[in-house]
Amino acid sequence: MTTATSRLTRVHAINWNRLEDDKDLEVWNRLTSNFWLPEKVPLSNDIPSWNTLSEPERRLTIRVFTGLTLLDTIQSSVGAPTLMPDAMTPHEEAVYANIAFMEAVHARSYSSIFSTLCTTREVDDAFRWSEENPALQTKAELILERYRADDPLMRKVASVFLESFLFYSGFYLPMYWSSHAKLTNTADLIRLIIRDEAVHGYYIGYKFQQALAEASPERREAVKAYAYDLLLALYDNEVAYTESLYDEVGLAEDVKAFLHYNANKALMNLGFEGLFPAELCDVDPTILAALSPGADENHDFFSGSGSSYVIGRTVATEDEDWAF
Amino acid sequence: MAAVSTSPPELIYFSTRSGNTHRFIQKLDLPARRLPLEREAPALEATGPFVLVTPTYGGGEARGAVPAPVIRFLNDAGNRALLVGVIAAGNTNFGAAYGLAGRIIAEKCGVPLLYRFELLGTDEDVTRVRKGVREFWTRPS
Repeated sequence: MTTATSRLTRVHAINWNRLEDDKDLEVWNRLTSNFWLPEKVPLSNDIPSWNTLSEPERRLTIRVFTGLTLLDTIQSSVGAPTLMPDAMTPHEEAVYANIAFMEAVHARSYSSIFSTLCTTREVDDAFRWSEENPALQTKAELILERYRADDPLMRKVASVFLESFLFYSGFYLPMYWSSHAKLTNTADLIRLIIRDEAVHGYYIGYKFQQALAEASPERREAVKAYAYDLLLALYDNEVAYTESLYDEVGLAEDVKAFLHYNANKALMNLGFEGLFPAELCDVDPTILAALSPGADENHDFFSGSGSSYVIGRTVATEDEDWAF
Repeated sequence: MAAVSTSPPELIYFSTRSGNTHRFIQKLDLPARRLPLEREAPALEATGPFVLVTPTYGGGEARGAVPAPVIRFLNDAGNRALLVGVIAAGNTNFGAAYGLAGRIIAEKCGVPLLYRFELLGTDEDVTRVRKGVREFWTRPS
């Protein structure tokens, strides 16, 4: 088994003015400027909306958020800390420390939603459900196995799949509610989480690609094959998880399109091509619009099908024009 | 009015070390040049009409969305005069800021935002952009 021989063997005081990889600072700045806490979102405004949901819809929502809480907990307490000893630069370690803390904020946020909207009993029931749901436990185990194994590249693969793929069976639901003008403040909070996860998946995927480029061609092929195998194992399990949750409300097929779309993006974060063809990634446009509120114009100028495209007046530009 | 030229405009693009936009350009297989990453590198100059392809930076705010090397390139009036359109890379996870760099450049430079794609781009993105760039160029205006 190949291990990173150039791992950091002792601790040096970190000097952010001497970078080995400027991506570390770029991502650190991005993450710290994105920092937020759940208290910033007025979740209590969702109480009237919560009361319009049926009992099965409320149960589904609490279960989905409990499943997301488990993933955030894994990423905060195991995933990001597991990546630290593999870091190639002290700045990379610091970025993982930021990711670990932010995942703890995400996990904590779901409890803020629960304490605002739900009864203690409903929440206790959902946490009990999370301990017993086979697909949720399998999902956690498939990831934790890779975190425990001595293969730094596969730890990053598992981490990117968690960040960029596994969350989305859950993220679908608040976007669905938001597209029906329900739980819109909760959706605002989830969008902050979605934004963070994009940076996490991008960065860990970038570090994976850097490390993979150093490996032998045989090792590169083997890791790529492992990665696709793991994705398929996770995908089969996600389908079971999705059906166990969403069949009751008739949304499972739509969630699966969202899974395919995001599985492709997770693979792209690793530098690999997507697996699912476009016809399987046909996500309901109202879900995409909920993901990008205010950005509903179609910018495919080429196809002529766009509702609008942006064009402005030509103006002279100087450096300071761009500094806004 | 008739077509100006039979060959499509050149693509000029920026891609960071992560190489996502670079990978997309490679898949397009169209004439393309990459803006240098380093400030010290000799500046690239546009020599004919071109479409700019750029990633979007930052966490969803206008400030910092356009990468600095792209700003330096567009601050040259000669380059700006030859810009005919912009294509932006991004991630829908950033919500309304998806491909924001493209919108900013389109507004500032008075050119259309032609297309947006995510990360490395899908096969469909490649097909649409390849076809679109050719047709855009030969379209009667």
